[in-house]
Amino acid sequence: MSTSSHNSNNTSPSPIINESNQRRCAACKYLRKRCSRDCVLSPYFPASLPHRFACVHKIFGASNVARTLQQLPVHQRAQAAEAMSAEAYWRVQDPVYGSVGVINLLQQHIYMNQRELARTRAHIAIHSPTRGPCSPWAGLWTSPI
Amino acid sequence: MDRKTGGSSPCASCKLLRRRCAKDCIFAPYFPPDDPHKFAIVHKVFGASNVSKMLQELPVHQRGDAASSLVYEANARVRDPVYGCVGAISYLQNQVAQLQMQLAMAQAEILCVQMQQETPFAREQKIGIDDDDDHDDKHFMLQHSGFSHGVNQFMSFSSPGTNVVQEPLKRESLWA
Repeated sequence: MSTSSHNSNNTSPSPIINESNQRRCAACKYLRKRCSRDCVLSPYFPASLPHRFACVHKIFGASNVARTLQQLPVHQRAQAAEAMSAEAYWRVQDPVYGSVGVINLLQQHIYMNQRELARTRAHIAIHSPTRGPCSPWAGLWTSPI
Repeated sequence: MDRKTGGSSPCASCKLLRRRCAKDCIFAPYFPPDDPHKFAIVHKVFGASNVSKMLQELPVHQRGDAASSLVYEANARVRDPVYGCVGAISYLQNQVAQLQMQLAMAQAEILCVQMQQETPFAREQKIGIDDDDDHDDKHFMLQHSGFSHGVNQFMSFSSPGTNVVQEPLKRESLWA
């Protein structure tokens, strides 16, 4: 009976598994399953970013993410994965409001900027009588699109 | 039988999941039976078990807001399966950048106007003296820069002013 555990004649049961372990994406590593060649998550959740998938899995669930990506054309999947990662990140940071909190913050920021811009333009209008009448509201509502 | 004890109808989540709605069902206060679509959409995007975990981790007084924000995000994601809420955030970021540019231009214009109105002698005398308007402007800008800093910290997922959905997989520093 061979006592050596490193006998070269012994085919370790793990070389195939070890090889696939090295190629496993973050999702399959986290879920402890074999990462197939056509794994839908692997292009977007590389093994080098384990926390990214952990976040997404916590909020959306791996199966929901995989289903969402599968339903999209391939050229849109990277952006969808990125957006879901962002939303998951914001939800982990703020479990009550998530990305809605970010939207609120930006809207407040816009409101403050608009108010200050109106104030500044009114200031210009008052102190610069030689410049023609200029509505302090000009350009405030211009759509960026 | 999936009737709640006492004869009242099960909440929207228990109806959809076809289970008995317990008295302490975590979903019942936020997903009433008269609006089944609300829970259906949240379940589709996040999954009932994830939503349940998220709500359970929060104090009771914050669960209502959390449920509402989850419904909002789920709706956004169903309307736009690629970008979800991030599309709106990108748009708002662009608006903020445009407004900041306009504000900078307007503030530069004020400085020009002020310089034009001062006589050369008065300008020399005024160097280093703040008037009330400047103080107000600086006070606001200090407050504003703090607010900007707060927004930028929160938005640290992407660099300010850039589209968060550009350059996929390059946000490694956040996740390292």
